[in-house]
Amino acid sequence: MLSAIGVSSLDDLFADIPATVRATRFEVPPPLTEQEVRAELARLADRNALPRISFLGAGAYRHLVPSVVGEVIGRSEFSTSYTPYQPEVSQGTLQSIYEFQSLICELTGMEVATASHYDGATATAEAALMACRLTRRDRIAISSAVNPQVRRVVETYCSGPGIEVVVVPADLAAGGSGLTGPDVAGGILDAGFACLVAQQPNFFGGIEPMRELAEAAHAVGAQFVAVVEPTSLALLQAPGEYGADIVAAEGQPLGIPLSYGGPYVGLMAARMESVRQMPGRLVGATSDAKGRRGYVLTLQAREQHIRREKAASNICTNQALCALAAATYLTAVGPAGLREVAELSVTQARHLAAAIEAAGLGERRFSAAYFAEVAIQLPDAARRHAELARQGIVGGYLIERDYPELRDTLLLAATELTRDEEIDAFVAALRATR
Amino acid sequence: MGGELTVVEPLIFAASHPGRRAVRFPVASAVAASAAAGQPALPAAQLRSRAARLPEVSELDLLRHFNRLSHLNHAIDLGFYPLGSCTMKYNPKVNEWAARLPGLAESHPLDPDELAQGSLELEWLLAELLKEISGFAALSLQPAAGAHGELTGLLMARAYHRSRGDAATRTKVLVPDSSHGTNPATATMVGYSAVTIPSNDRGGIDLAALKAALGPDTAALMITNPSTLGIFEDQIDQVLSAVKAAGAIAYMDGANLNAILGRFRPGEAGFDVMHFNLHKTFSTPHGGGGPGAGPVGVSERLAPFLPGPLPMLADGDPEAVIRNAWRGRSTPDARFALEAADARPSAIGRVRSFTGNFGMFVRAYTYIRSNGDAGLRQVSNDAVLAANYLRVQLAGSFDLPYDRICKHEVVLSGRRQKREHGVSTLDMAKAILDHRIHPPTIYFPLIVEEAMMIEPTETESLETLDRFVETMRAIAEQAASDPDALRGAPLTTPVGRLDEATAARRPDLRHEFGAT
Amino acid sequence: MLPDDLRYSREHEWVRVDGLQATIGITGFAADELGDIVFVELPEVGSRLTQFATFGVVESVKAVSDLYSPISGVVSEVNQALRESPELLNSDPFAAGWIARVAMADVAELDALLDSRSYAELTAG
Repeated sequence: MLSAIGVSSLDDLFADIPATVRATRFEVPPPLTEQEVRAELARLADRNALPRISFLGAGAYRHLVPSVVGEVIGRSEFSTSYTPYQPEVSQGTLQSIYEFQSLICELTGMEVATASHYDGATATAEAALMACRLTRRDRIAISSAVNPQVRRVVETYCSGPGIEVVVVPADLAAGGSGLTGPDVAGGILDAGFACLVAQQPNFFGGIEPMRELAEAAHAVGAQFVAVVEPTSLALLQAPGEYGADIVAAEGQPLGIPLSYGGPYVGLMAARMESVRQMPGRLVGATSDAKGRRGYVLTLQAREQHIRREKAASNICTNQALCALAAATYLTAVGPAGLREVAELSVTQARHLAAAIEAAGLGERRFSAAYFAEVAIQLPDAARRHAELARQGIVGGYLIERDYPELRDTLLLAATELTRDEEIDAFVAALRATR
Repeated sequence: MGGELTVVEPLIFAASHPGRRAVRFPVASAVAASAAAGQPALPAAQLRSRAARLPEVSELDLLRHFNRLSHLNHAIDLGFYPLGSCTMKYNPKVNEWAARLPGLAESHPLDPDELAQGSLELEWLLAELLKEISGFAALSLQPAAGAHGELTGLLMARAYHRSRGDAATRTKVLVPDSSHGTNPATATMVGYSAVTIPSNDRGGIDLAALKAALGPDTAALMITNPSTLGIFEDQIDQVLSAVKAAGAIAYMDGANLNAILGRFRPGEAGFDVMHFNLHKTFSTPHGGGGPGAGPVGVSERLAPFLPGPLPMLADGDPEAVIRNAWRGRSTPDARFALEAADARPSAIGRVRSFTGNFGMFVRAYTYIRSNGDAGLRQVSNDAVLAANYLRVQLAGSFDLPYDRICKHEVVLSGRRQKREHGVSTLDMAKAILDHRIHPPTIYFPLIVEEAMMIEPTETESLETLDRFVETMRAIAEQAASDPDALRGAPLTTPVGRLDEATAARRPDLRHEFGAT
Repeated sequence: MLPDDLRYSREHEWVRVDGLQATIGITGFAADELGDIVFVELPEVGSRLTQFATFGVVESVKAVSDLYSPISGVVSEVNQALRESPELLNSDPFAAGWIARVAMADVAELDALLDSRSYAELTAG
């Protein structure tokens, strides 16, 4: 090959790198055979002490990943293909995304859904920026009961174009509702706000008055951005029913493993009239000259590779294989299965709260109804949480890490995987840490 | 509309029959139900009125549907995929084995640090390796993709200028006219205006034009090296001096790192910040459009601004940890932790949840350890060898806009075929599909007429490259002898050319229930 | 092919003058360059246009382009047919594909535009 090219050595192909900038070191360890690299990765995996009992949620949830999901996303025709820019040889990817978009619209009650975003936090941030473009306003309001990591990401994205972020304080006092008051929101919102962002269930598991919050936003001509947990939509009202203009969500609960935080999948949905301001990829149905149905990336003129500096967002690579996992999950569980997941999560969260209260170990901080996550107050929570961790039990999330004023409060999550024996063992272990 | 069309594979909704499903779940025990009864019920007014019409299918029907869909895709695991700028190299399956290890796959990102020592060590070691490979002083794994890394990089550049008091005057980001669309789009997301700098006739950035554009109003230069033309910027030292002299930040788009492993370390050369694409150079699967990962490496002066929390070695000697890890051993007294939330008050803030696309870190780490120093050097040697081989073999059949040694990709032009026979690069790309080869990237970069960007990667055999050359030469000949055949291509794919105009004019973006 | 009675801008827009009313659109050359047009972002009735400033956007499958107004004035009417059938810009750019009717602010602005021969020369190269 070298002679075909007309050079005598490989180094000749790199002669155009100026001498002053050539690498002077490259101290990467030597190659490993397959068995050696497997041993190394097993070493690292073994250094993780997976808890034997966990009630940790706070934005990432331990759900069953049905076996069939792994089979589908493990097919290398899906995993080793690229973005479907040549649709004639990408109908597998394109049709599966069209189905995904359809499923998300159906779940959220909205008219159009994108092909995915990096995670729920960035999807929420993009939704806020989209609201600013739609309304041509430069302030957004966001409830303090929205997941703190989501709020941090929204702040970062808004800092780009200089959008002001105003927090609507939720009622987080002990014994308070733990919810965002529509009157409080209404008192803050004015015609300078592009949107109000609220989460359902909120970070504390509380069930927010979403319809009234939407009304408060609409009263000043602002958009209502609903950040939702997808499995809850089996039981709770779809955002399209209560007047959401844009929906964002973290799709991890839909068949995606915890995997220390990623890859996850951000969901975004909206009304058709806003589609031209939506960031991210969209797949549309069409046909070929022989009358065969086919799917293509469409409305691409919104995106960076065409609009460049005028694009709504710079997003290119998204989370396609994770979206496929979510679509497979929703298809595998079906409406009945998703309902079962939600009902069992809801029941076990209540079982857990009741068991803790019955044992006199703690009480719910907030009075409002909650979904599958609940904030429990108990004395000396930080110390006891650490003691339990040493025993391989993760007693939820220590809320004071993000809300310093909420000391001695644990956020406990339950899912369909939560077993009665785990609740009993947890209560016993918690008692022993008193 | 649906009635008259031939459907290759029906939508999953067509296989739906009431009462079917693939997965069932237990019901709550009597004990649980009874305990739950005393807690506040879900408010009736906020319950869903109508269940979502998710498909009701058996596991067998589900699997058959997705298997049949997968058969409609071309993929690296089926055939050659020389998409320029995407680095479609083989994705080793041991990476998948590693990512599925339960200890890693089931690790919750908010678990107490002492339960996540493996996850933290892996992130720390990967960061050390990426820093060594690139010559940068510090690194964040947080960004989820290259474009996300670009956003992070420009936010850090702005934070840097703010810290020095001249952010208000530095409003422009310079990008070459050959840049990927994400570069100017990112500039806009950060409130900058993008200024385009022309390329010279050798395919590099026009140094004089760059120097003329650089000034006290420049926040950053974003440049890809090797460029999107596949050409190494042989004046990169002067480019970096000029940018530094103007007080601006030098950003390198690391999409083309596959060309220069072991030969050029951007941090060492003087760049301030670079994003990596783990789904390109580091073999994590493209997944039909993601997930990827876009870590950013930075120089010392930008380190305070990196998005956190970063994984750090809280106790233990870093040299010992690295030495042991390279030998496949743990260091007993080493303790890893996520840095405290207020550890770096100048940090730009989170760009996403948690610490990043960890599953891709596992794959990239496995890849780097498998290849090692010798393997990674060979990656670039072979990638560049393959691209130059294609360059000389195809230069007779197509116009070669820049007749010089390229790196890992080569850009050709279909200009001759367009002018002489009315056959466009698009027509030729569609013809390539009939040969079970994915076409190169077409119509990018924008500065080359009828562009075709070919990146073979290092994982293809000489036989595959030669077959590609034969195919391309045959298509060039067909452009002259039978242009209509090319305009009708593809003929053997599951669908032919699709009506993209109607798809955009009358968008159909979801299934309408009731119309099945 | 180029209508003689129109004036043209370098940005490939045309103007048809009828007293103080003007009709504006894009030329066939521009439409051909863009390819199949899929969407037009029309100006609002009552909005004020400035000569050579942007007043809308036209999108094709593979490209997007700003629209630059060839004259200043107030928009009195927009071509609603373009909402349903943007392809009119490809098939009949000088007639059925008109974009907006404008009450001209200053007839003298027409002097800054090209006649059909000069525009033909511009696009021949």
